[in-house]
Amino acid sequence: MEQRLGNSLRMTLNEKNFIKTALLSDLRVDGRRPFDYRNLSIKFGREDGSSEVQLGKTHVMGFVTAQLVQPYRDRPNEGTLSFYTEFSPMADPSFEAGRPGESAVELGRIVDRGLRESRAVDTESLCVLAGKLVWSIRIDIHILDNGGNLVDASNIAALAALLTFRRPECTLGGEDGQEVIVHPPEVREPLPLILHHLPIAVTFAFFGDENIVVIDPTHNEEAVMGGRMTATLNTNGDVCAIQKAGGAGVMQSVIMQCLRIASVKAADITSKIKNAVELHNTERALRKIKRHSSFVALDVSGPGAKMRENENQSGHQKEVGELSRNHTERLKLISEESCVSQSNDVQGETQSSEQGGTSWRDGNAKSFISRPSSWDPSTKGVDADLLKASLASSAGALIPNKKLKESISEEKPCEAKLEEPLADIYVAPSRIEASVIGLQTNGENTLKDAVKPKNKRKKKASSTIMQIG
Amino acid sequence: MEYVSPEGLRLDGRRPMEMRQIRAEIGAVAKADGSAVFEMGNTKVIAAVYGPREVQNRSQQLSDQALVRCEYSMANFSTGDRMRRPKGDRRSTEISLVIRQTMEACILTHLMPRSQIDIFLQVLQADGGTRSACINAATLALADAGIPMRDLVTSCSAGYLNSTPLLDLNYVEDSAGGPDVTVGILPKLDKVTLLQMDAKLPMDIFENVMQLAMEGCKAVANYIREVLLENTKTLEYRRGV
Repeated sequence: MEQRLGNSLRMTLNEKNFIKTALLSDLRVDGRRPFDYRNLSIKFGREDGSSEVQLGKTHVMGFVTAQLVQPYRDRPNEGTLSFYTEFSPMADPSFEAGRPGESAVELGRIVDRGLRESRAVDTESLCVLAGKLVWSIRIDIHILDNGGNLVDASNIAALAALLTFRRPECTLGGEDGQEVIVHPPEVREPLPLILHHLPIAVTFAFFGDENIVVIDPTHNEEAVMGGRMTATLNTNGDVCAIQKAGGAGVMQSVIMQCLRIASVKAADITSKIKNAVELHNTERALRKIKRHSSFVALDVSGPGAKMRENENQSGHQKEVGELSRNHTERLKLISEESCVSQSNDVQGETQSSEQGGTSWRDGNAKSFISRPSSWDPSTKGVDADLLKASLASSAGALIPNKKLKESISEEKPCEAKLEEPLADIYVAPSRIEASVIGLQTNGENTLKDAVKPKNKRKKKASSTIMQIG
Repeated sequence: MEYVSPEGLRLDGRRPMEMRQIRAEIGAVAKADGSAVFEMGNTKVIAAVYGPREVQNRSQQLSDQALVRCEYSMANFSTGDRMRRPKGDRRSTEISLVIRQTMEACILTHLMPRSQIDIFLQVLQADGGTRSACINAATLALADAGIPMRDLVTSCSAGYLNSTPLLDLNYVEDSAGGPDVTVGILPKLDKVTLLQMDAKLPMDIFENVMQLAMEGCKAVANYIREVLLENTKTLEYRRGV
């Protein structure tokens, strides 16, 4: 209440009347239509489980952390989910530091209900030792800027953070199997949380007696509104939670109509969240590759139809030839492929990359491959001339070639072990790298195109290599 | 666990569309301007209203309307296990906020500027549906205090267990983990002021459950009107009219 009063006390009567009169003609002060959402942008932080959501001028950050605790006595094999909000006074002058106000508590409970009661987060998978140890997930929401409609923004921030959060893997060990070993992320890949569905909160504001309803009210509209309703729905057509805490009375038909509109909006927002999370996951996988910069993997099942054929025919030998032809660029390409595939699919199942439908036989899951950080699988192909020029001119081109020769002679045709011998040979020649950045192209025949010009070029080098293989 | 038996009886012997027994009493707290006790089955709630009176905290005074304050608390002995409940815990804060906004919507606050109306709600026995019982008690207490209102506010809860919509859940049915829909309406205007729902429900089933809860609210409204009529007759008699 103090927040709403604080809002309306700061607005002049003229402003309030202006907003109300505009709404009578179906106009909103910021130019939106009554059922339009503001611009939504979802960003992620460096850590797993941190998100930053901007809905118009409203700015909210979400963080997810996990801790091993004792479970509740009446639910011994379920993890717990707790939700905390922090209404920073910098977001709005009416927020007070310290003790959460009424609206903070209400927001926390609305989002909490939407996530917990609808069983969006699978709590049973959070159990480590029934009755003794379970994971307790804690979601913190920080309000940085109050531009109106904090509930929706906080809900999206919480969901985005939950989707990108990774909890450490732990196994049972010890003599009696009662000891829990928590593996750090460097040792074992942390696991994501299991979310059954995404409950999306959609807030409506009611004005006056004319049954005027708008979606996603701004700060000013909130000061003028007669009542509000938050409907939390998912894309399966379920209503997860509704909160209409008093305020102006509305007909039941209006409520049902609002729910129908909300389900459309929920589908829209769900797809936006999923896209943002996917982008982030891909980026995260790419970043992981860079972390282990000392390894280069030669994966046998390379990308591109040509490679696949080679693999089928003569296995290692042919690929060595192929590889040597393309030197480091190809290595990086392959490494990139395997990296993307392995990070997307930890179990190492086959996966077709976006380039020419490569399928990995086995994902080389264990080792990460290094690659230049600016390498982007989705850029257009590099100019072939430029590539040739750079390759021909760079003396460094020969170095990896030579080293390849050595390493190839050493190594066996076993994918998983390829990384070690090559560990020392990874060269990051800046020239080649720079020219190679754009090598991978979209589309079906990218690598073929990339390969072909080189065939003519590197015949001399390849012939040497062929002898070894 | 079976919440609706094959014969169609619930755990306490009610039919799915049957409400618990309601009982109301006006004027329980002598000192308050208006007070009421409201019972829905085993849930018992007492409400006391003070106002309109001078605003105690001058900084919160509103120049054009009355300030409505509401406080909801559960007594330690209200539930099965005697627990010391902290005053400002989040559930109580949320329910206080919800009830305040509900009553604020129906009180004609613009008739009493620069004044304050306090609603105090205490749950004496909790057996599910405390929110609804509190709103009903508050309505009676406000009427007893003579505060002008647009309409009565009545509230009832409904749920959905074993594929059956159930009216007026008790504690066991409420803690079953199924959906719980609490509705508060203005009966004469046929408008919904309070609507709270938790747990998942498909939208069409939700519509049925909400409709059922609204029917329950209308039944409560009829009872409250009767009680108020009785009360007024008694007052008239005492005045010698």
